[in-house]
Amino acid sequence: MIRFVVRRLLQMLLVVLVLSMLVFAWLRSLPGGPVSAMLGERQTPERRAALEAALGLDQPLPVQYGKFLQRAVQGDFGVSTKVLPGEDALDIFLQRLPATIELSFLAMVLAVALGIPLGYFAARRRGSPADAGAVIFSLVGVAVPVFFTAFLLKYFFAVEWNLLPVSGRQSTGMDATRVTGMFVLDGILTREWDASWDALKHLILPALALSTIPFAVIFRITRASVLDVLDEDYVRTAEAKGLTAKVIRGRHVLRNAMLPVVTTIGLQVGGLLSGAVLTETVFSYRGVGEALATAFREKDYPVLQVLIMAAAAIYVLVNLMVDIAYAIIDPRIRTR
Amino acid sequence: MSDPTTDRHDDQHESSSQTPRRTTYGGLRKQRIDDLATAGTVDDQPGVSLIRSAWQRLRRNPIFLIGLAITVAFVVLAVIAPWIAPWDVTARPLLDKVRPQSNPVPGPEAGHLLGGDDRGRDLFSRLIVGSRQTLIVGVFATLFGLIGGVTLGTLAGAVGGWVDSLVMRIVDVMLSLPSLLLAFTIASLARNPSQWTVVVAIAIIQVPIFARLLRGSMLAQRSSDHVLAARSLGVRPRAIVFRHMLPNAMGPVIVQATLSLAVAIIEAAALSFLGLGNPDQRQPEWGQMLGLAQPYITEAPHLAFYPAGCIIVVALGFTLMGESLREALDPKTRR
Repeated sequence: MIRFVVRRLLQMLLVVLVLSMLVFAWLRSLPGGPVSAMLGERQTPERRAALEAALGLDQPLPVQYGKFLQRAVQGDFGVSTKVLPGEDALDIFLQRLPATIELSFLAMVLAVALGIPLGYFAARRRGSPADAGAVIFSLVGVAVPVFFTAFLLKYFFAVEWNLLPVSGRQSTGMDATRVTGMFVLDGILTREWDASWDALKHLILPALALSTIPFAVIFRITRASVLDVLDEDYVRTAEAKGLTAKVIRGRHVLRNAMLPVVTTIGLQVGGLLSGAVLTETVFSYRGVGEALATAFREKDYPVLQVLIMAAAAIYVLVNLMVDIAYAIIDPRIRTR
Repeated sequence: MSDPTTDRHDDQHESSSQTPRRTTYGGLRKQRIDDLATAGTVDDQPGVSLIRSAWQRLRRNPIFLIGLAITVAFVVLAVIAPWIAPWDVTARPLLDKVRPQSNPVPGPEAGHLLGGDDRGRDLFSRLIVGSRQTLIVGVFATLFGLIGGVTLGTLAGAVGGWVDSLVMRIVDVMLSLPSLLLAFTIASLARNPSQWTVVVAIAIIQVPIFARLLRGSMLAQRSSDHVLAARSLGVRPRAIVFRHMLPNAMGPVIVQATLSLAVAIIEAAALSFLGLGNPDQRQPEWGQMLGLAQPYITEAPHLAFYPAGCIIVVALGFTLMGESLREALDPKTRR
């Protein structure tokens, strides 16, 4: 088990290293190079030369890459030019991270809590109208752009019916103590229940919109996987032994059917980052995604650099955790 | 279909779908015995090709037919759009009705079925003509991705060895990134954003998917009997790859391409929404129209609803068609 984890960690390190090379190459390939990107409209020949020397751009490429890595490891990615001018790029990411974790977590909980039971029951009633309806619903879920789902939810629940807040993370005038930066959790920790409730109300619509894509995928994988397992010989054996339907369902069907589902959940967590860029923009929810959207639009390269490296690292890390979870559920993986 | 074990397997699926309401596990067991009894009588006639038998199933599949109908209607609309659109898409016949403060988006009136947009252009005409650009973006993004992926996949699957390792490492790194994020990054690199930067950004994220898929099915071909036969007859390696392996390995790739069309259209809309799409508004495109409608969400939500509805229907059409094609070609899920 430990050897398995170590091997996967090394693989992960390799991917992150390749990524850092790509980001480095990407920054070098920008129109006008990194100096133009950093100086923007303020560039003069003198400033260019000074910054080039300061950044070591007159040195050979491998040396430059080494320095780039060194700075990256120290957390120095430069200063934001557009999102929050003058602010350290890494700080922006760290400030925004709790908001996105909170949002993604709730979205994933919704997707799993709805997707797995629905997928299971659709598989058990395969071919029934309820099954067909659920399958078509999940296909529609894939065809609707996630930002339009967000747009619809916002229009009806916030604008038309005025049930939930239109945008942001908390109501203006709400004075809450900050502990973790995850507003709902903060309220619980400090027993400021009204702050928690207020933050949750702001969170529901974006999380619901964000959950549609993972929900559709988790539902379909669960359904397909349960269908496969129901046909297995060991399910028939369990029946032949006279086990109760409840035991067969829990120990034989669900446990085995969960393997592909766990992989899918992991992959979807990575996909949530892309969805968060769109959802957070619609709801002006100040998380990593909203910062990324602004950075993309305004071409704030230092911020983009941090956010992309971090997003990729999180994605790879999540995949690693999925593999470990996999090994725990299925002992056969460990020996491979 | 000469192998009796595969026939029996297919037949089980065939029968189990005919008895949908099996609620107990015991019911499943009985079904299996019945299946075994009828395993000899398979409805596939001997000698029917995979494509032919797939088509026979598809013809009776309502989901496939709905998808096909939507797709055909969309393509026909895109082709004839300029001739049936009542107004020129760049003309601004409703300009004098636009009041930035009180009435930014003119409503429907005689001659303008859906009213105008924020610049006084006829919304209905722009929706019709928009199908054209949407089709172009979807088709070219998928086509370029397909060409790139097929080239890499053929290289990896046919040559093998270190070429295979190198190509697959690159593909795996690309697949290890969130794809939409990658598309945003590529699109934001462009100095002069246009429709084609959107096409390229989406094509690039499709490449690893096609490459991996084609390599897998090429590898399966490489160890198949007909390739062995060709090799023992002394057919040149190049001819084996291009005439024997590639055509047979294309099935799953075609299915993926159908699904990719839907993804490409949705992702193009996402790029436009973030302001990374085509800034030129003269030729309308649904994703771009949706992006431009954002400031008017409270006053004129219909400005967003119509293009979004078009995107959803078309994406659903491609998805329904692709999913039923996949099921029909996949022997494991044959029903």
